[in-house]
Amino acid sequence: MRVIFSIAKTHLLAKPKQSLVAMLGVTFGIGMFVAMVSLMSGLNNFTEELTMTSSPDIHIYKDITGERVSILEQLNPGGINFVHHPKPKNESQKIRNAFQIAELIRQDPDVLGAAPQLSSQVFYNFGPVQLNGNIAGVDILEEDKLFGLSSKMKAGEIAGLLTTTNGLIMGSGLAKTLSLSVGDNVTVTTPEGVTISLKVVGIFQMGLGEIDNIRSYANISTVQKILGKDQGYITDINVKLVDLYQAKAKAIQIQSIFGYKAEDWETANATFLAGAVIRNIMTYSVSITLLIVAGFGIYNILNMTIFSKMKDIAILKATGFAAKDVSGIFMTQSLVIGLIGSVLGLILGFILSYLLSLAPFDGGDVISIDALPVSFDPLYYVIGIVFGVATTAVAGYMPSRKAGHVDPIEIIRGI
Amino acid sequence: MKEIILETKGITKYFHEPQTFQVLKDINLKVVKGEFLSLVGKSGCGKSTLMYLLSTMDTDYEGILEINGENLTGRRADYLAGFRNQHIGFVFQFHFLLPEFTSLQNVMIPALKLGKYPESKIKKRAMEKLEMLGIADQAEKMSSKLSGGQQQRVAIARALINDPALIMGDEPTGNLDSTNSDIVFDIFRKLTRDFGQTIIAVTHDDDFAANSDRIIEMSDGKIVG
Repeated sequence: MRVIFSIAKTHLLAKPKQSLVAMLGVTFGIGMFVAMVSLMSGLNNFTEELTMTSSPDIHIYKDITGERVSILEQLNPGGINFVHHPKPKNESQKIRNAFQIAELIRQDPDVLGAAPQLSSQVFYNFGPVQLNGNIAGVDILEEDKLFGLSSKMKAGEIAGLLTTTNGLIMGSGLAKTLSLSVGDNVTVTTPEGVTISLKVVGIFQMGLGEIDNIRSYANISTVQKILGKDQGYITDINVKLVDLYQAKAKAIQIQSIFGYKAEDWETANATFLAGAVIRNIMTYSVSITLLIVAGFGIYNILNMTIFSKMKDIAILKATGFAAKDVSGIFMTQSLVIGLIGSVLGLILGFILSYLLSLAPFDGGDVISIDALPVSFDPLYYVIGIVFGVATTAVAGYMPSRKAGHVDPIEIIRGI
Repeated sequence: MKEIILETKGITKYFHEPQTFQVLKDINLKVVKGEFLSLVGKSGCGKSTLMYLLSTMDTDYEGILEINGENLTGRRADYLAGFRNQHIGFVFQFHFLLPEFTSLQNVMIPALKLGKYPESKIKKRAMEKLEMLGIADQAEKMSSKLSGGQQQRVAIARALINDPALIMGDEPTGNLDSTNSDIVFDIFRKLTRDFGQTIIAVTHDDDFAANSDRIIEMSDGKIVG
């Protein structure tokens, strides 16, 4: 084995430039792979985390827009019925016994917490201008427990809501548009035409434009008052699980027990998750393309080396090297190129990722970041080196096999 | 009766390209230990083909080949490679050294492959062989930097490193001037006489053949004398 390795080493060192070029092919392939994957998954993780903090694992609500059986269908089942353009009934969105349901859900050991809330579309009055948004009536302490709201506060305290009856905690983007700061009053109009004046006691920033620009939090009772509803009026229950990947199964279970629509976060964020999948597909396809190009480079160089080493191969076989020994010599060369190239690629990838993580980036109104989020998960480095070595092994295999099957007589006689 | 080292029984071989042509016809040959044998004949008579066949590199033939009393016909290529490594040494017309290695490394490689001795011992043995051939001073030179005669002697040293019973030469002096030819011949002579090794050499060199123990002349794929 050692003699095979030392012959392979000598061949590599005999043409340092050629070996270096082959190595750099792998290095760039792996380097770009690591950098791209780190950036993409950094972005994915960042947005996923944002979405997770701002959306519940399971959202329970009463689905009134869902398809319902028409009265004609009920009276004449199995007949040929035509109902054109059915519309939903005017139903209350109230979840009956919401507090009891929340209490029952909380008893499940898989559940971290369940927060009943109600929300309403509202218009925020800004002088003559009305801004569209929504307002969520929550038990602020429960909400903080589930979504860590207090860590997102930019001004004021969440406790302010407990001490102020008509208090309001507002999203930072909304507050900025309305030029409000803590202690100011804002007038809010509901779709039913009720107008009420609320006091801003805090400003939060989730980091996600679609939340910060439209949402406010208030006490449950405040929102019930705006809507003119009773104290049992709750429209949503937000559930947080211990393991968020159980959401899908748990949602089905909750829906069948309580009869209300239970939507898991994967369904709710389907577009976002599809985006993540597409980003991953792009990253991997570009990287694999780079590696295949590097693989062809190795294939070519190895083929050339083998062609120029025909005499050597013949003499090695004549003096007692078996086909597998000769293949081993060239396979070793391609694996050494692959291994060193990949390790250099990981270093290059790390440097690129690090530079990217320093690059200033303005997320604008959509997401509030000042530098690109980059993941430094060691898993990608492991994948990188496995990819690199595997590609070179595949690229090296065919020429090496060919070298092993060279017929020494043909070469020796052919001269 | 001397020990028989190599024996062929009814060896026949065809070339199929460009058309089927019988190149060897019923070759029966016995070679005894310590013999210095020359294989002569006109170009195309099949002498080189016979030698490659005897060397186990060519396995596409009919008949039986025995070396050291072991039947090698029908053996797998990898087994034959191992067998060559241990029992057969080669000397070619064109010297076929590995150009990126020093003379010493070239000599050592077949022994490293065999792995019978530790590397330090192999190095010592390789130096002894080079010394015996009078080129110990060239040991650390790259083999591509040597003269033709020196290269041929390195190749002979390489052929000897595993103490093979059989040494095969394909026109070992064909590319050398008369001085170097004489040196190579003397080495061969010494090997058979002093070390009991057997040599089979294909040659065009009449002097070389005339001085060997036995001449086998071939014509049209048959042994004629």
